[in-house]
Amino acid sequence: MQSEESPLEVVSPWRLMWWKFRRHKPAVISGVLLLLAYLGSIFAGFFAPYDPLTRGRNLYMPPNPPRIIDSTGNLRAPFVYGMTMSRDLNTLRPIYTINEDEIHPLHFFYRGDEYKIGLHGLPINALRPLHITLDLHLVGAEGAPVNFFGTDQLGRDLLSRLIYGGQISLSIGLVSVFLSLALGLILGGISGLYGGWIDSLIQRVIEAIIAIPSIPLWMGLAAAIPRDWDPVQQYFAILIVLSLISWTSTARVARGRFLAVREQDYVMAARLYGCSQWRIITRHLIPSIMSYVIVNITLAVPRIILAETALSFLGIGLNPPTISWGVLLQAAQDNLVVHFYPWLWVGPALCVIIAVLAFNFVGDGARDAADPFAS
Amino acid sequence: MPQIRLQVSFLMIPLLEVRSLKKYFPIKKGLFSRLTGQVKAVDDVSFEVQVGETMGLVGESGCGKTTLGRCIVRAWPPTAGEILFYEDKKSGERITDLAQLSVSELRPFRRQIQMIFQDPFGSLNPRMTLLQLIGEPLKVNGVKDGGAIKERAAELLRVVGLRPEYMTRYPHAFSGGQRQRIGIARALALNPRLIICDEPVSALDVSVQAQILNLLADLQAQFGLTYLFIAHDLSVVEHICDRVAVMYVGKIVEMSDTKRLYQKPRHPYTEALLSAVPKPDPRQRAEPLVLEGEVADPANPPAGCYFHPRCPYVIKRCRSESPSLQPIEDGHWVACHRASEIELQGAS
Amino acid sequence: MISPALFLDWECMTSYIIRRFLQMIVIMFIVSIVAFVVIQLPPGDFVDAYVTTISGGETFTQETIDALRAQFGLDEPFHVQYLKWITNVLRGNYGVSFQHQRTVADLLGERLPLTLAITFPTALLVYLIAIPIGIYSALNQYSFLDYVFSFIGFIGLAIPNFLFAIILLYIGSQYFDANVAGLFSPEYELAPWSFAKFLDLLANLWIPVIVVGTAGTAGTIRVMRGMMLDEMRQPYVETARAKGLSEARLIFKYPVRVAISPVLSTIGFVLPALISGTAIVAIVLNLPTTGPLLLNALLAQDMLLAGSMILFLSLLTVVGTFVSDMLLAWADPRIQFE
Repeated sequence: MQSEESPLEVVSPWRLMWWKFRRHKPAVISGVLLLLAYLGSIFAGFFAPYDPLTRGRNLYMPPNPPRIIDSTGNLRAPFVYGMTMSRDLNTLRPIYTINEDEIHPLHFFYRGDEYKIGLHGLPINALRPLHITLDLHLVGAEGAPVNFFGTDQLGRDLLSRLIYGGQISLSIGLVSVFLSLALGLILGGISGLYGGWIDSLIQRVIEAIIAIPSIPLWMGLAAAIPRDWDPVQQYFAILIVLSLISWTSTARVARGRFLAVREQDYVMAARLYGCSQWRIITRHLIPSIMSYVIVNITLAVPRIILAETALSFLGIGLNPPTISWGVLLQAAQDNLVVHFYPWLWVGPALCVIIAVLAFNFVGDGARDAADPFAS
Repeated sequence: MPQIRLQVSFLMIPLLEVRSLKKYFPIKKGLFSRLTGQVKAVDDVSFEVQVGETMGLVGESGCGKTTLGRCIVRAWPPTAGEILFYEDKKSGERITDLAQLSVSELRPFRRQIQMIFQDPFGSLNPRMTLLQLIGEPLKVNGVKDGGAIKERAAELLRVVGLRPEYMTRYPHAFSGGQRQRIGIARALALNPRLIICDEPVSALDVSVQAQILNLLADLQAQFGLTYLFIAHDLSVVEHICDRVAVMYVGKIVEMSDTKRLYQKPRHPYTEALLSAVPKPDPRQRAEPLVLEGEVADPANPPAGCYFHPRCPYVIKRCRSESPSLQPIEDGHWVACHRASEIELQGAS
Repeated sequence: MISPALFLDWECMTSYIIRRFLQMIVIMFIVSIVAFVVIQLPPGDFVDAYVTTISGGETFTQETIDALRAQFGLDEPFHVQYLKWITNVLRGNYGVSFQHQRTVADLLGERLPLTLAITFPTALLVYLIAIPIGIYSALNQYSFLDYVFSFIGFIGLAIPNFLFAIILLYIGSQYFDANVAGLFSPEYELAPWSFAKFLDLLANLWIPVIVVGTAGTAGTIRVMRGMMLDEMRQPYVETARAKGLSEARLIFKYPVRVAISPVLSTIGFVLPALISGTAIVAIVLNLPTTGPLLLNALLAQDMLLAGSMILFLSLLTVVGTFVSDMLLAWADPRIQFE
């Protein structure tokens, strides 16, 4: 009773974790970054200058960044230069030069391509009622090459495609993690709570799945998805494939924690005052492993994003017309693209790397902050 | 099996009677987990607890006293024996054998027998506020009204000497002694008749120990509680227990009212435990008897009396023949072949 | 290390070994079923895949298709096919690849040496680079180089192997005008083995080795650094220092030994992990290893080939894990034989 006024005393365990997490600066910055990325994906239609399938006149156009200083050194409102295309007469490859005379001022809250709110390219019926048609974009300019990240072989805007690709790549990571979490918690929980032969069986199955090298197993399962399925089916199939493999680590963590917590005196106390098994599991055991679960999630999401990218890159994951970062990376299968149009793979590659790094930093911070009661 | 009846000064209404209780843990070894032996953690233990008394259960760690406590609350199922629980007039004075009940049949008895734990940290869920901790027993036993729960929690906190305003706080904000008070409040929530105190003060500082012991004594007087008090040395037990049973390797070796046990122990093991009790008067301090050897392994106990390898009074008979617990005088039971011949040193 | 004589209970140890061995067999059984199910999962079978893709426009009568099915045993029920396959595999007969019309053993025998030629040096390099850097980073925590290594480590973990390969391809072609793909220069590609071809292999090997090894190196540095930091905080280090042991001896005598054990415990399965890690890289860099073979087998539903490869890689992992566990139990008497 000595420190009655200390604010620490009324603070909940979650608040304590948050305080610890906040001290880990890279994790906080990464967390903000991820939050922005998810916001950007949700409102992709607004942030993307174009519809991802709109074909422009300029094919294979290199990035045309927005500027505020013109060639004469004057500061002015944001604008883009026009581009002039010519062709290399030997290879017939397009060559673009900046036309400094042609200045297109950028308009904010510009009315351009129409878009619908929802996952692009995934006409999920349940989301149909949400498909409000809008045409408001963050930036745009009439008749100008507003292609900050360049265009692809069909003249589609790469930035728009990256933003829409984020919808798939970022959501697939998160959703499969939750799916694998549910699987892992249930099976790990059964394993840890009941023990006996069920435990042995589940443990052996987990070890068997871990024993199969993940990339061949992923390839095997992904190759099983018929390529003539529609994008929605493919999306969910890949989602299930990814979570089918990643549940094992969650199950192991859950089992270990369940075993440890089960022996705690407070669980016995709860049993003695008549708590049902269900209530003990939901009120005592699951909350006590939540912090571990969160750490597990943040470290599993980047692995799943990488796996999706790799599979789509190989052509056995998602395929056009679905847009994901992995699908965009398929461009790099072509040596000519790797060499002559690097922006086409550098863009998605950077998106993947930044997302993975950010998740790893957040995971590190979460791990450090995890159990405020661990000594 | 002899009925154990004890001459004690207060009203003799039995509350709990343990008869020939056994708890064996199997030892599995090797490839196919074949059974290679058993740990006899509790081996044929019988005793009785009267309404309103405090029964002490003392022994070194590993002697089976905690196992015994956990069997009585049926946290673990006993291997054999009876645990007779005597209900009061309100409930129709029935006698029920808790050892035979299924988990669901046990439910109505749960609220009558509660437990206070040794570890003040592990026994409170760190993710619950005091209100949730103390309120949960009420909630799962049918009190649905949040206001009533809050009121009762406040009352309980007051009873154990904590301020009701603390109830929104989490246990991590409290010291070991305060946490033990929270644990006591939780145990009291359902108005139990019997409380198993499993070394409730061993994890605390000496200065705090006395406070908690006093609190337990006050609560006993106030609510007419009965305690089964488990401890690993005799120093704590003296002040709170009416009677004491001393355990060694799963068996009771001596049982008597506290005063007699302290003044005139009849078992060499009790003598050794008593010599380790610190005495306030330096003139009375004698050299503590140091027992040789280790506590016998309950998986592989020695033949004859389990205590014989360490006993300074050992004779030939002790090595082959196991002594049974016999009354040596009214209310004083000893399991020693030489109980009536040897003169042992008491504590006072 | 600690001598095995420290084992208190040999019976315990042998029964632990036997139990782990039996578990290993159970795991391999489950793996074989999973592998077989995975390759059976795609709708249709090899004959369908053959008819639609490989044959290139030829038309087949239903009789021919049925005959093909019967020839490959594809008309039999699932469990019969599985039993046939697994008994053959147990006899060492991996069957014939539908796709290549060659024995699976033959195909693997051709690709596996080159795969190992990449993975062995990679594994060696990972340990040789990562362990010293991990120790250095822990001993000089928060120094400039520690930050540099940590940063490189993070990047190494975040960039998937195949992206790294693409980046190298780009840098090679853009700045050095070199094609880093392939294991051989064009003039040796089809040439028979000779000393010159071997030298050419060595000259081309470093690219895949770097690509495949980076992630492993980054991970190992992190583990090694973390373990060393934990170990350096132990009171026994302080005691040894107080007793006047020189810093170098002190570090190498105790903390390094303890810290290195989780790293060494990965030795058993690092090889299969690297082999499967090379798979996608091999496709990007156009390496004649097992990776592209597996992908094509999966895509063409060449069951016997794909199944054998998955089974083989899994067996390597399971045996590797078993060996690691044994090594760990031998080296560290604190391990509980639960």
